[in-house]
Amino acid sequence: MSIIELLPELWLLGVICALFVASLSDRKQSVMTWLPLAAGLGVVAAAAALGARGEFLYATYKVDALSQFFKLLIAFGFAVVTGIASGNKDGKDLTPDYFMLLGLSAWGLMLLASCVELITLYLALELSSYSLYALIPLRGQDRRAAEAGIKYILFGAAVTALALFGLSYIIAAKHTTYIAALATTSWSFADAPLAVVGLTLFLAGFFYKLALFPFHFWCPDVYQGAKNETAAYVATIPKLGAVVVLVRLAAFVTPHMEVTTILAILGAVSMTAGNLAALVQRDLKRLLGFSSVAHAGYVMLGLAAGSAAGLSAAAFYSLAYILMNLAAFYVVCAIAKNDENPSLDDLDGLYRRAPALAMILAVAAFSLVGLPPTAGFAGKLFLLSAAWDQGYHWLVIVAVLNTAISIYYYLSMVRHAYTGESEAPALVAPRGYLVFGGVLAALVLLLGILPAPLYDLAAQAAVALHP
Amino acid sequence: MMTQNGFPVVTALIVLPLIAAVALLFMRREWTVRTFTLGVGILECLLCLPLLGYAPDGPAFQFVEQAQWLPALGMTYHMGVDGLSLYMILLTALMLPLCVLGSWTYIAKRVTEFHFCLLLMTSACIGVFAALDFVLFYVFWEAMLVPMYLLIAVWGGPRRRYASIKFFLYTLAGSTLLLAAIVAFRQVGGTFSIPELMEKSYAFKFQVWAFGAMALAFAIKVPMFPFHTWLPAAHVEAPAAGSVLLAAILLKMGTYGFLRFCLPLTPAATETFAPLMIALSIAGIIYGGCIALGQTDIKKLIAYSSVGHMGFVTLGIFLLSTKGVSGAILQMLNHGITTGGLFMMIGLLYERSHSREISDNQGLGKFMPIFMFLFGLFSFSSLAFPGTNSFVGEVLVLIGAFQGNPWIGFAAVPGAMLAAAYMLRLLQRVTWGEPASYKPSWKDLGLREWVTLAPLAALVFYIGLAPALAITTIEPSIERTLAAMRAKNTAMGLTKDMPLAERWLLTGPLAVAGVSDSIRKEHP
Repeated sequence: MSIIELLPELWLLGVICALFVASLSDRKQSVMTWLPLAAGLGVVAAAAALGARGEFLYATYKVDALSQFFKLLIAFGFAVVTGIASGNKDGKDLTPDYFMLLGLSAWGLMLLASCVELITLYLALELSSYSLYALIPLRGQDRRAAEAGIKYILFGAAVTALALFGLSYIIAAKHTTYIAALATTSWSFADAPLAVVGLTLFLAGFFYKLALFPFHFWCPDVYQGAKNETAAYVATIPKLGAVVVLVRLAAFVTPHMEVTTILAILGAVSMTAGNLAALVQRDLKRLLGFSSVAHAGYVMLGLAAGSAAGLSAAAFYSLAYILMNLAAFYVVCAIAKNDENPSLDDLDGLYRRAPALAMILAVAAFSLVGLPPTAGFAGKLFLLSAAWDQGYHWLVIVAVLNTAISIYYYLSMVRHAYTGESEAPALVAPRGYLVFGGVLAALVLLLGILPAPLYDLAAQAAVALHP
Repeated sequence: MMTQNGFPVVTALIVLPLIAAVALLFMRREWTVRTFTLGVGILECLLCLPLLGYAPDGPAFQFVEQAQWLPALGMTYHMGVDGLSLYMILLTALMLPLCVLGSWTYIAKRVTEFHFCLLLMTSACIGVFAALDFVLFYVFWEAMLVPMYLLIAVWGGPRRRYASIKFFLYTLAGSTLLLAAIVAFRQVGGTFSIPELMEKSYAFKFQVWAFGAMALAFAIKVPMFPFHTWLPAAHVEAPAAGSVLLAAILLKMGTYGFLRFCLPLTPAATETFAPLMIALSIAGIIYGGCIALGQTDIKKLIAYSSVGHMGFVTLGIFLLSTKGVSGAILQMLNHGITTGGLFMMIGLLYERSHSREISDNQGLGKFMPIFMFLFGLFSFSSLAFPGTNSFVGEVLVLIGAFQGNPWIGFAAVPGAMLAAAYMLRLLQRVTWGEPASYKPSWKDLGLREWVTLAPLAALVFYIGLAPALAITTIEPSIERTLAAMRAKNTAMGLTKDMPLAERWLLTGPLAVAGVSDSIRKEHP
């Protein structure tokens, strides 16, 4: 056991402790001077630990290719969110304890990536959720934020109860909670009906995090109610935690079993419902909320396929997903006036008021559609390919038809930004902040043009799970 | 990267506009932007010169470039040129400088972004025609939507929002199923490489589904009747250069797709559905002609004439004979030159009169003789007057049609007559009609406008009087494609009068002898 293997977690824990100390001091000094840099170093630490392997705590905590890949993504996402928040100079709620809670949630997700035992997994999930329960209502005196907080916590509590109930069934039927041991047993409904029901219920806890239909009702309300920066976080990083667990669990079911069929059907319904609902939204964050419901559905393509290709496609897609959503939320945060929620009409004339932001938004939107050459396209191609290979032809066709539905609302973001006219004054953002957004957009494009290096990392992780 | 000829010509053609587009973002003055893009356009044309060294009786694909892209999924960066794509690439490169010149004064706002879009378009279009990897093809195919959308949505006419969204939704909705087909081909054929997929033969059932998915995408892009409704809207609202690109290059992608994918990959389905496609083509020819007769907006008239002309192209392709297909390819090229020229001229006219109505542009023959000379030339080419380029293409298609089945020929001939009717009516009113709104400030063509139109006018005569050169270049590729198609259908056991129920059960032998040899010649 060496320190290097746990470097990403330890580094983030250190940052959290530093934030805690900062929150105790009386001086009203912003932590923004050092936090983005520290979080950025966390990405370096996670990249350095990519090759680490090991098992801890009676083999309940495993450092493997999959966990390291997702820890890198979580560290990256956390760093980007702090970067986005650094642009909000007069946000009153962006105090050290705000970031401490944010960091704790990310830390919980990092632990989640490594958990290979169901009870540990559950604890890590709760650790990441609790701080979010506190974060979401933090928006001055905003009543909608309070409403969003209550919705999130009620939904969360109900689904957690459901998941625990399912866990009890799994334990009763299989007498173990180790994923490795569970993987060696049969998961067909005929052999183990109780366990299959239990697993389905247990998965609901993660569907809730992922905002998959029918566990998505909190999602648009919470995005709309929470602060822009909080929404940027909730919309992206927690989904990584859900995907990593689902990837681990999907590795031991094979295509066309009852559980996988449920995954496929929920995926198809989720993308259709999300896209149709998004068509009529005017509030940008609400629109992105429904879009994330649809994207949760796309990820199901890879999980339902269950093959090594499918799992690596799901991992790759979640990378593409956080990149393009962070880029979109970056623009949302940058154009928001006084922490208000921007609507589609606030994008009017963006090409003139802030050309760089308009271009970043266009890249993000086209990537969310899945147009080449962006990361969104590469990810979708891998998902479709994996699902088709496993015989989910109908699911692939539903997914591509959904692209056609979704184009309308993503395009209307670009349309407002590029063809709308408005008298609003130009938006000035510091040069460094624009460069940061430009890098995000460039990464979205780069990952679409040259997906090979990161896809290989994801494939390596998936092959280890599914030899 | 592995290249066949040392210098990667095709990659250079794709990368040069991209680099130029990025460089544009750092330019401030409009004049610099225009001159720079023009320079890049001329350079692009010069870069095309090595492609003229294409050897018709050489290997199937020439100027091949290959590099690793994503080995895990078998995606490669694979470029190459054959007789089907050669002239389309040349035409695309030629259109870039002409579009810059043609919109020198037409485009007055957001000049940098306009040229940025033009350059992206050029790059993506060349990519579409040269890609030999299915995913790579799809990347370019979709990437071209965004700049075209912006060209219509930002610099278009009063109803530009409606037209641009219609264009985007239609074409994207069509091509989503193409992506599903690509993924399916990988599962069945084991690769994304187009030449390797061409060597194999697939079960009839699979071919039907794949043909349906691909044909929908291509038919919308062409556009074939009844999927044509986006075209008039887009053409009318687009700026002059946008219309030119749309007519000259974008529409050709659809027909090119039929030739590149439907014929070689799904030969049995193509043969089964050819009568349907021929019927739709003839419907398009007659319908486009009839609607064009009734238009009062010049741009709309030309747009509907495009529907008719593209009907001739798809008709030629699905005759599945050498004459028909070479006529179709020639017609693709001719339609690009002629209709591109016409849209360019309407743009010049619009700059003077600020109206596209025929009634506002009447009686110009006396005042703008040079303009009317060129307008007349392109109009005559459009109605396939002997001696002009379109005549050759259309006659070849008609010969092919009469060879195949005289009834098809008889059905298509009224289309040619309709073309004469609507073009002559337009020409007569614009030249000799009662001058309605002419102002002495409308100058005849200036030097810049001359230079814009001269290359296209020269090509009208060149292809019209010496078509053999172009035909001999493309014919070997066509014969190779058709021969492979027949070989596959024979190997499968498909006969002409087989009922559909029996065809449905046909399974393809995965490899067909003879087909692989002709395509494998790529690497000598």
